[in-house]
Amino acid sequence: MTHTTRTEKAARSPAAAPPQDAGTSRPPRKVRVWRRVTPWLFLAAPLALLVTFTYAPVANMVAYSFTDWDGVSPELHYTGVENYVDIFTRAELFQVFLVSGYYLAASVVQIGLALYFATILSFNVRFRNFFKGVLFFPYLINGVAIGFVFLYFFQDGGTLDSLLSLFGHDSDRAWLGTSTSANVSLAGVSVWRYMGLNFVLFLGAIQSIPGELYEAAELDGANRWQQFRYIIAPGIRPVIGLTVILSISGSLAVFEIPYIMTGGATGTETFVIQTVKLAFQFNKTGLASAAAVVLLLIILAVTWVQRRLVPDDKVDLV
Amino acid sequence: MNHRRSLIGTLLAAALMAAGCTGSGGTSKGADAKAPDDPSKVSGTIKVLTHRTDIVQDGTMQKYADEFNKTYPKVKVEFEAITGYEAEVKIRMNTENYGDVLMIPAVIKKNDYPKFFASLGTEAERREKYRFTDYTAVDGKVYGQTTNGVMPGFVYNKKVWREAGVTDWPTTPAEFLTALKAIKSRTDAVPYYTNFKDMWPLTSWTSVNGSVHCDTRATTRLTEGDPWAEGADLRVGDRLLYDIVNQGLAEKDPTTTNWEASKPRLAKGEIGTMWLGTWAIIQFRQAAEKAGSDPDDIGFMPFPTQVDGEFCATAAPDYNQAVNVHSPHKEAARAWIDWFTEKSTYVADNLAMSPLRDAPLPDVLKAYEDAGVKLIEVDDSEGALVKEIDNASEVGIYAPDYRQDLVDLARGAKDGDVDDFLSGLGRRWTEAEEALGS
Repeated sequence: MTHTTRTEKAARSPAAAPPQDAGTSRPPRKVRVWRRVTPWLFLAAPLALLVTFTYAPVANMVAYSFTDWDGVSPELHYTGVENYVDIFTRAELFQVFLVSGYYLAASVVQIGLALYFATILSFNVRFRNFFKGVLFFPYLINGVAIGFVFLYFFQDGGTLDSLLSLFGHDSDRAWLGTSTSANVSLAGVSVWRYMGLNFVLFLGAIQSIPGELYEAAELDGANRWQQFRYIIAPGIRPVIGLTVILSISGSLAVFEIPYIMTGGATGTETFVIQTVKLAFQFNKTGLASAAAVVLLLIILAVTWVQRRLVPDDKVDLV
Repeated sequence: MNHRRSLIGTLLAAALMAAGCTGSGGTSKGADAKAPDDPSKVSGTIKVLTHRTDIVQDGTMQKYADEFNKTYPKVKVEFEAITGYEAEVKIRMNTENYGDVLMIPAVIKKNDYPKFFASLGTEAERREKYRFTDYTAVDGKVYGQTTNGVMPGFVYNKKVWREAGVTDWPTTPAEFLTALKAIKSRTDAVPYYTNFKDMWPLTSWTSVNGSVHCDTRATTRLTEGDPWAEGADLRVGDRLLYDIVNQGLAEKDPTTTNWEASKPRLAKGEIGTMWLGTWAIIQFRQAAEKAGSDPDDIGFMPFPTQVDGEFCATAAPDYNQAVNVHSPHKEAARAWIDWFTEKSTYVADNLAMSPLRDAPLPDVLKAYEDAGVKLIEVDDSEGALVKEIDNASEVGIYAPDYRQDLVDLARGAKDGDVDDFLSGLGRRWTEAEEALGS
């Protein structure tokens, strides 16, 4: 609170400066122009980048989605909503969303684990920082590298198999062999990779809860679980809400890991992989753009529904 | 408020304008790249885009360029080796900047060739001298020149096959399966390796088309009916692949195969057979040398079918080199292509088939000559239409997906019946045929 008042005062002070002249109570023209232009000058660089690399391509994609462009030919024809009709009349294009179910289930596990570790490590635990590092590390690795690493991991006689045989379990299992097994394995990789991010978000939120609350709770005889239930969980609700949205949209748009590890074979094809294949394998850039637009709309819709169901309340711990 | 609206308006207008400029890379249509009359006078720096990253890195390409400079001293040749050639060059071709000489990416529609490439001459004149000219011919003009020809076939380890007691090439798919079974029971080798994970080796099964019935019109036939009808070429090939996997004659876990590792494994006799092409022989021989086994153990055999008691092999071009229509040094670029095709040692170095009509077959194919394998060139005049049907139907005969599904089906990772699956492909294909009005 003190912070805001100070800035307000600072902002008001130039205007409150005593008038130098009886006729002109406002600062000179040049100053006024500069004052108006300065924020835009600061914004120019990020805005230019944002427009060039985000909005222009998106506008481009939306434009392509109304054409029959093949991605390279100099000629393209406007086809109206034909691509969209095509997408919504082909049920098989939406079947791939079933695969997202695996990732959705995995993200429940992922959020649970992240919450668990974040809570534990927010208390005084030995080697705290070391464990934080270990948990966050996978998120720093490039997704392509992760794909390759886990390909060896799941290989016949690979890391996982030799690890299991160390414990006396000789599995003769092809981990990526069947559709269910492959999807579960891939979703597991995705948990391993993204849990670190969720963990850090949760940890940051937990640490912003004032320490007095724990002290007070301890004095009242609350145990760790009660502290979690009545202080931490309500305290980090907005972050949990955000994580859930990110997880849902992430599950709908899974790409890197399955694309590199299986290329969408054996029933692991996701909506994005399918879109990429439409665009680059069958050269239907127009149709693929329409599919990408549809995915964007679906994610927006899911987010909207989710916000309606769980409105973003203000946190009030005290 | 007003302010903000006008800003958003400007941004939107800018974005839409950007959307308007798709790759309409100029309208210069129908340029010619003429062969220079006097080698000593051609000059300029030309950039060659190539997918052969390996031979650019090890300096082989530079050696070719040095040799080229002995005849054309004023031309400077630069190479740009591109991993993921197809995808990257496709995007670059939306601009004018895609080298002076490049390999024609498969995605470019044949009818668009005149918009992207300069013509190398008329088909009537070039077909006298070169094979495969119809693959790049549009309206009687040729736009590309292949570096070498390739023939599909099985790369196999002779020692493994000998140990299994199979000395003659199988002449029917059933005999082939029996041979693989013998390998399985009598040796430790994996009889057949699918390279499922690396995907593109599965696509080469499409090249059985033509050899099954020894038919030069095989490509045209793909546009005329159901390629998966009983007895049709693709059906025979796909059925063989299915049976191999279904009868347990392929590797145990296809989902984690590794192409690079598979080469020394075949060379050492841990793998019996793979369906690839002549282009692969040199790589397997090199792998054998590295692994310390005998390169001469690498054998090559045709698809197991015979017409009138003769095996049949189809020859097709590898990547075609072309001259960028926007190149300022078309003569120099043309000189490079002509020299590379006729004078360079590329074909010999790769144990490949020369695109020149009068050149002899490479030594590695001597076994073919001895066995009297008939060589045919499949007519490609309908090649563009086949691609169009393929894209429209989303079957993907040049993509790995449906064969991955086939392998999954065969090993029981996916439910379904193989006949339904293949006739399903046929149905989608014929529907696309009708939609395109062929």
